[in-house]
Amino acid sequence: METGAVFPQLPESEARRAPEGDGGNGSVDGDATRNPFEGLVSHLRASWLSGKTRPMEYRMAQLKALGHFLDDKKQQILEATASDLGKAPFEAELSEILLCKNELHETLNNLSCWMKDEQVDRTLAMQLDSAFIRKDPYGVVLIIAPWNYPIHLFLVPLVGAIAAGNCVIVKPSEVSKKTERLVAEALPDYLDKDCFAVVTGGVQETTRLLENKFDYIFFTGSPPVGRVVMTAAAKHLTPVTLELGGKNPCYVSDTCDVTNVARRVAWGRFFNAGQTCIAPDYLLCTIEMQEKLLPALRKAIDDFYGPNPRESPDFGRIVSDKQFQRLRALLGSGRVAIGGQTDEAERYIAPTVLVDVQPLDPIMQEEIFGPILPIMIITNMDEAIDFINSRERPLAVYAFSSDDKVVNQVLERTSSGGFCGNDTLMHVTLPSLPFGGIGNSGLGTHHGKFSFDTFSHHRGCLKRGMGWECLNAPRYPPYSQQKFGVIRAMSKVRCKNDCTLL
Amino acid sequence: MERMQQIVGRARAAFSSGRSRPLEFRIQQLKALERMVQEKEKEILAALKADLNKCGPNAYSHEILGVLGELALTMEKLPSWAAPQAVKKNLLTLRDEAYINYEPLGVVLVIGAWNYPFVLVMQPLIGAIAAGNAVVVKPSEVSENTARLVAELLPQYLDKDLYPVVTGGVPETTELLTQRFDHILYTGNTAVGKIVMAAAAKHLTPVTLELGGKSPCYIDKDCDLAVACRRITWGKYMNCGQTCIAPDYILCDPSIQSQVVENIKATLKEFYGEDVKSSPDYERIVNQRHFKRVKSLLEGQKIAHGGESDEASCFIAPTILTDVSPESKVMEEEIFGPVLPIVTVKSVDEAIEFINYREKPLALYVFSNNKQLIRRVIAETSSGGMTANDVIMHSVVPGLPFGGVGHSGMGAYHGRYSFETFSHRRACLIKDLRWEALNKLRYPPGSMEMMHLAKFFLLKQCNRSRVGQFISALLAAVKAVVAKVLCPQRKV
Repeated sequence: METGAVFPQLPESEARRAPEGDGGNGSVDGDATRNPFEGLVSHLRASWLSGKTRPMEYRMAQLKALGHFLDDKKQQILEATASDLGKAPFEAELSEILLCKNELHETLNNLSCWMKDEQVDRTLAMQLDSAFIRKDPYGVVLIIAPWNYPIHLFLVPLVGAIAAGNCVIVKPSEVSKKTERLVAEALPDYLDKDCFAVVTGGVQETTRLLENKFDYIFFTGSPPVGRVVMTAAAKHLTPVTLELGGKNPCYVSDTCDVTNVARRVAWGRFFNAGQTCIAPDYLLCTIEMQEKLLPALRKAIDDFYGPNPRESPDFGRIVSDKQFQRLRALLGSGRVAIGGQTDEAERYIAPTVLVDVQPLDPIMQEEIFGPILPIMIITNMDEAIDFINSRERPLAVYAFSSDDKVVNQVLERTSSGGFCGNDTLMHVTLPSLPFGGIGNSGLGTHHGKFSFDTFSHHRGCLKRGMGWECLNAPRYPPYSQQKFGVIRAMSKVRCKNDCTLL
Repeated sequence: MERMQQIVGRARAAFSSGRSRPLEFRIQQLKALERMVQEKEKEILAALKADLNKCGPNAYSHEILGVLGELALTMEKLPSWAAPQAVKKNLLTLRDEAYINYEPLGVVLVIGAWNYPFVLVMQPLIGAIAAGNAVVVKPSEVSENTARLVAELLPQYLDKDLYPVVTGGVPETTELLTQRFDHILYTGNTAVGKIVMAAAAKHLTPVTLELGGKSPCYIDKDCDLAVACRRITWGKYMNCGQTCIAPDYILCDPSIQSQVVENIKATLKEFYGEDVKSSPDYERIVNQRHFKRVKSLLEGQKIAHGGESDEASCFIAPTILTDVSPESKVMEEEIFGPVLPIVTVKSVDEAIEFINYREKPLALYVFSNNKQLIRRVIAETSSGGMTANDVIMHSVVPGLPFGGVGHSGMGAYHGRYSFETFSHRRACLIKDLRWEALNKLRYPPGSMEMMHLAKFFLLKQCNRSRVGQFISALLAAVKAVVAKVLCPQRKV
């Protein structure tokens, strides 16, 4: 994480409260080693224990308020993301507003159903009992969001956390400064301040925040920081969901509609100037396909952004100088076939395609997270699959082919968070599909009902009656040989359907 | 270090070969496990007797029966669990294939515990095999006879490279945890749970931690005390109290405390006779260290019943403590022994507050005829799982997930939940390379018209009729496509 402005900003309600457990000296300043967020976390935990967030009406009201936030502040959101990332208004509206509202509506429409106790199959011996799964909130949840989709990536998990009945602390990224300020200033006005708070700051503040005990932590960001978060969570046995990243391979077979492939790949790669965790990171194809793809990619880029993408209102910018320098250095890998222009003052990097890239080149050693698409040459599908499998499991694998069998082969013989055949990015727009990584690209999932499930504890419950005690007799000592015989006999009959302790 | 690296490396190579993936292979391995349990029943029961003085019927019903049941259920349901699951599509993806594919994670580690040493490695192993993984099994060294037996038997029945058994104590487990796994399922205590999760964090390995805690048992004045106490007695003293979901302590009104004690005493006599020590159905504390630990919890307490012990045989009699202070040692740590403290509370409100003040337990029990009260206790507390009007039993319902929350653990397993714990749910969307026209909606250059269309296709409207949505979307799409086709130049 990058260090940005250092200004821990606690909501008013916290600033007014005297610190708890101050050792009786009553001093508001407390001592220097006290955790600055301890009071806030305690306050939220007390709110959760009060049961305030449990009723469905409460959760719906908070979710609807989130919807109002998106509606009322739409213009400011577009302006803030334009300032932070040069985000095109269309892209911003699609990713930061529309997709968020999609999640909100999906949740509002289904919440009552999701919250219901889920009845489960019972054994023969338990027909008189009630066995069900209850969805309990965890308590106080922490959501740490990154800078690339600064609204979407805190708001979508927040929807799930609220829906599940938790109290939430949101920690937006300090790197997307304008959006961070907007969220810190505006969001608390829409939500219940006793239960939801926004905390701002950089690495130091986040480290101190993580020292507190949370009941769930949801982190979106890079694998190295994911490790830090999980290590901190381990101290309190806090369960986590980590949405990380990796290099998402994109295999293009020789049998395909080159024009359409080029458009779909270019769209996925250059959306948000390449700063998308599920963007196709690199392309794998034969040298013949490369020859066909390059002119098609050139045309797609021209259709999307015009002859000079720098002038297009639809092409974004790199978020910071540090990221810009990093990306500019990666342009040295291979040879520039398309694009390659940069402008430091604007943090502009043109939509770029690199060829003659080798597996050991710098651009193949890290997640690119920029508008650069390297093409790696392979001779056939098997080689492509072996190459993919020799690396860390990515967040997404893409395969393009007019031949269904090829797409299925790539799917079956690789492993990744998600998979999209013949397109890029689109699998994450369906809330009915779980979104998450595997291995280095993350653990846990969210979106739609998966968010609700992620932020709930699924509690197995059994309600029995006090009667029919005679049915329990076989389980009590003393165990005669006869009783043992009965248990064994019954187990042989029942094993198929319902083995149970008698 | 090298040995562990080799074992895990071999398992990983075996997994990469792909042979653990076909359903036929998985079922064949599960059938072999079933054969093992049936053919070696005598040896398994003997090991359990040696480790915990568990008698045949107890060992059979607590460990073997559960394993056989899990095997039967898994073999029957595996084809349906493993099948790709189609998901609801939106207007934009109507023509596409969208489904969740269940895939193995890779090489998983199962670390067992000593109190139910057989079932606590077998049940996770069954789920991990069913999900198509390679599995490294590490039984607890404390139950050394069962550990030795598992290490001998598994290679005789299962694929040796895919499912190795690693034995040893803390140094071996520490070494094992430096290796990279794709999931770790650990059963044991909270302190070690933190160590396991911290080790897993280095490799971003997801974990399922089945830990423990103090499972409270609230007895309401309005209940059939005789029945309640019989059930509690059974659950508390089985396996000499060494059960992670045993009712750890009782909360009840002072006015019924002595009745509770009398009922439990009567039930104990019924179960174990006058001389508990000579009952073949009463187990022993697993070792000297735990014996000393549990015995020390009795210091300074009012012993209403029991309290006798014999260090040589690690015997501690079923014991009841009354008027226990919440601050005493016996109320600080999970007892994991045959000592049952009773803490008096004046009301269910006080009981709920008492429970919520403490770490979330693995199980929670409430006994009452009053359904309202039961509902309230469930709604206002949190625990891994719970049973009302009985103890233990929620853990044997095949359809319920078994796991903790907070300090009592994370994740769950049993039955289908084992399969899902050890699987990766991969989101799959397969589109057609044709029908590019519809995609034009999302490509730059952006325009307000495109945004309106995107809204129609993506945005779920609350309470709008499906048909209405579809028709207006279709008309809008036709309009847009016609517009783009006729006027392909950029709008600035």
